[in-house]
Parts: sequence; C-alpha cells; structure tokens
Amino acid sequence: MTRSARRTRRTMQVAGAGAAALLALSACSSSGDSSTESDSSASASSSPKLSGTVTVFAAASLKESFTALGKEFEQEHPGTKVTFSFGGSDSLAASITGGAPADVFASASPKTMAIVTDKGDASGTPATFVRNQLEIATLPGNPDKIASLKDLTRSGLKVVLCDRTVPCGAAAQKALDAAKLKLTPVSYEQDVKAALTKVELKEADAAVVYKTDVSAAGDKVEGVDFPESADAINDYPIVRLKDAPNAEAAKAFIALVQSADGQKVLTEAGFLKP
Amino acid sequence: MTSPTDAPDKSAAGADTLRGGPRRGRGRVRTGLGRGVPLPLLVPALLGLAFLVLPLIALLVRTPWHSLPDQLTSPEVWQALKLSLLCATAATAVSLVIGVPLAWLLARVEFPGRGLVRALVTLPLVLPPVVGGVALLMALGRNGIVGQWLDAWFGITLPFTTTGVVVAEAFVAMPFLVISVEGTLRAADPRYEEAAATLGASRFTAFRRVTLPLIAPGIAAGAVLAWARALGEFGATITFAGNFPGRTQTMPLAVYLALQSDPEAAIALSLVLLAVSVAVLAGLRDRWMTAS
Repeated sequence: MTRSARRTRRTMQVAGAGAAALLALSACSSSGDSSTESDSSASASSSPKLSGTVTVFAAASLKESFTALGKEFEQEHPGTKVTFSFGGSDSLAASITGGAPADVFASASPKTMAIVTDKGDASGTPATFVRNQLEIATLPGNPDKIASLKDLTRSGLKVVLCDRTVPCGAAAQKALDAAKLKLTPVSYEQDVKAALTKVELKEADAAVVYKTDVSAAGDKVEGVDFPESADAINDYPIVRLKDAPNAEAAKAFIALVQSADGQKVLTEAGFLKP
Repeated sequence: MTSPTDAPDKSAAGADTLRGGPRRGRGRVRTGLGRGVPLPLLVPALLGLAFLVLPLIALLVRTPWHSLPDQLTSPEVWQALKLSLLCATAATAVSLVIGVPLAWLLARVEFPGRGLVRALVTLPLVLPPVVGGVALLMALGRNGIVGQWLDAWFGITLPFTTTGVVVAEAFVAMPFLVISVEGTLRAADPRYEEAAATLGASRFTAFRRVTLPLIAPGIAAGAVLAWARALGEFGATITFAGNFPGRTQTMPLAVYLALQSDPEAAIALSLVLLAVSVAVLAGLRDRWMTAS
C-alpha cells in the first residue's frame, strides 16, 4: 500500500469512526492522545506493523479499563489510534447490526453478543475475556449497616435495582432468587449507572450494581460483598467484527485485552478473570 | 437511546399544529386550495407532512397485530396507562392553578426583569428533560436544597413517588400552558378589564369575571398542550421519580424498558400511547371549534 493510499484509507477510517460515533447516539467516544509510560509487552514485537484507527464498541462498564488499554495499545503500536464508543451493550449491538463501521465489539453479556453473532456480523467465536460480579453499593460509611443481601429487604430502606430487562437487573434477580429473598425496590433503573447514581446522590440508601461500578465511583459509595453474587456472574465476550475496516489491528487489540497485561488492568478495575 | 427525546418531540410536533389555532386555520386553507397552491410550497409541505407522519405509519405497519390483544390486556399495560393518564391530568391541574396566574403576571404586570423571568419560565421547553430531572433532584430530592427540609420537617420525599412523577411532568409541561395563556392574554383587549375596573370591580374580580372567560379557549389549548406533553414525558420522570410498576412507571418508561428485551411489546405499548394521544387531541380540538 502506498503512503497516499494509506493516508486516504486512514481518513476514511476516521470518517467512519465519526459516523459510528454518530450512530451510537448516547455513547461518548473518547480517545487517548497522551501515552502512558508503561513498557510494551511481548505481543508488540511479534505482531506485524500496524497502522490506522481501531474502532472499538464496548460496554459502558468497560470505559475506565478500556481507555487505559487503548493508550497502552497506541504506545505499543506507534501510528495507530484507538477510538471507542462506549454505551449500553444493547444499543451498541443494534448499531453494529445496523452497519456501524466498527472493528471490535466487547459486550457486557452473551445475550447482547448473540444479537451480533446471530446476524453473522462477527468473525469467529466470541471469547469471554472477563467476568463481572455484583456488589451492594451503600452510602459512604454504610450508615444503615448493610452487611448482606437480606439486609436490603429491611423496611424503610430505599433500595434501587436495575430493571430486569437489562443485564445487571437480570443478574440481581438471579442472586435474589438464589438467596430465596423477595425485595421490593423503590425503583427499577434503566441501567447500572443510573442505579448507582441514585445512591451517589443519596436519594437511595443502597443499590445492587457491579463491583467494577462501585470501584469506579471511588469514595462516593461503599461496596458490600455478598456470597449470593457468585450465582449471578456476568460473562463479557469480545469479538472481531466481520466487516472490520482494520482487521489486523482489531486482532492485536483483542490479543492485548486477553494478554497478562490487559487482564491486569481489568482485574485492577474489579473484573474477575474468566 | 433516542427514546428519551422521542416522546417530547412527538408532542412538540402536535403542539405546533394546535398552536395555529383551530378557528383561524380551516377557512384559510380551504380558500388557499381553491386558488391553487404554488408547487414550490406544496412539495416541501407534503415532504414535511410525510416526514412527520411516516414514522407513525411505520409503527402501525410493524405492529404485531396477532399478539396485540395479549399485550394490551396485560395488567402491566393497564397499570402504566392508568398511571400515565392520572399523572398527566394531575400535572395539568397543577399547571393550571399556578401557571395561569403566572401567565397573567407576565402579560399584564410591568415589572423589572420581566424579560428574564419569561425566559426562565420557558427554559424547561428547551432544556433536555434529563437535565430537568437532575435539577429537580438537586432541588427536591431527599438530599436537595429544599427536599432535605421537606424530609426533615414533614417526612416527605418526592423521588420514587407518584407525586414525584406529577412534579416532573408539571415542570416540563407547565411552560406550554404559560406560553399559550400569555399569548392569548396579550391578544385579548385589556379595555374590557379596564371597563370592569371603572365599574368598581377589583383587579381580582375583573380577572375572574372578565379575563378568564375571555381567554378560556387559550387556557383550554394550553391545558391540552401541557397534558399531551406530560403524557409523553420520559427523561425528567425516569431521572427524578425512577421506575416502579404501578407507582412511577408511566407508559413512556414502560415503552423504553420493553424495547430493551421485547421490541414487539414496545411497539404495542407505543401504539396505545399514540392512540390515546390522537384521540384526546382530536376530540378536544373539535370541542373548541364548536364552542367558538
């Protein structure tokens, strides 16, 4: 490929990424320009020379860790750029089946991944790269002394759950069923971040969310582990898309996510190893 | 993801057709068509019509008619519809009680900063509803600047309650009423009120006995706009009042959440909301026309 051809292709990919960002309306796309000081891993030297933009559609819960991994990728492969579109897995899947030009899709549940694979938009079989566990988010300092899932059923306590139609709500229901508990929340929120926000704003006393969300919220909430969360663990699959404009770089990015380096970043954010 | 703004758009579109006014509209269109409409106007006009109507037709085309009876007889749908109608009506009532006097103030009383007040009153019209919901949480939430006192003194918390839904809907819908009534007041001749005053009526009596009957059609139009806007309200409701079936889950919320897992149910629910909105808007329009 000549230099000018490459440049043209790159321009087109940037344009494509822009279109992708537009398509995923609610998703905010962020990209890292500054590079981290971390040393490149072994995967860098073994892979071919990469260039161009990699467009990654990823579940909102991956935002913090994938942004860090994107910077690492750009550092390892000078001349590449990783563009993200973070959002609800359902809407990202809908964008992809609708023709959004993406290279990689990382979703928060096998169910949403199936939307893409069923349409034949994936290349190969999705691989589970992390798992996410539920945790109870309480107000800082845990003033209500919540120590277990059962404590959430106490009267007078305002608890929010995710709606059963979204992955975190389905998982919470599974955990409650496993504990044989009946919990009446004050609200079924439309996604995990909305549920967490109600606790951060102190409107609710507790929420059942992912461990990674509690960790990302810092000291605005306090996390309480509960054993029943082991029965409701979410698998996160990742796949290269069939029409990926930058297939080589997509492969390399997935390899980075699955590498020891990538797994370290993800486990530090609170994810579990698959 | 676009659903939070869809519902407001729909009602805003309905709002504009209404604002043209049923009394003036008809005759003019008829004479216009008689004389022949110029093509450069007709083509874009029809395009505009198609743009607004096509999505609604698509909804009808894609409706799962075979499973519709099951969808519509489910108790969840009735619960959400009942709550929607109840809350929209309550929000309209609240808007009437405090919105009409506000409109009167803006139209009839000169005071410094009136332009700014008018801008603030119309702000919820252009504010993204989600922002409205966040603002309401900051003001009236359990931890809000007023809400914390409501909680401490009266034990009242608005988030996650049906009252919270009414508050959120009124916040978003009242500007429609205020604007509509203010416009009617400005168009109404103040000399009637002055005449009442010279006959010894107090300002409030003149308002009640002269102004109110005079602007009744404007109030009705504003109330229907506000009601329709409240019925379609999504963003502020889900942000401020949350989502719980039977308590805060209105139809737009039910539609949005159904879309996550069961698009067919979402289409069926949308159809119900569409039918109710059309029925009420059409029904009330006819009533004004015969009344005036």
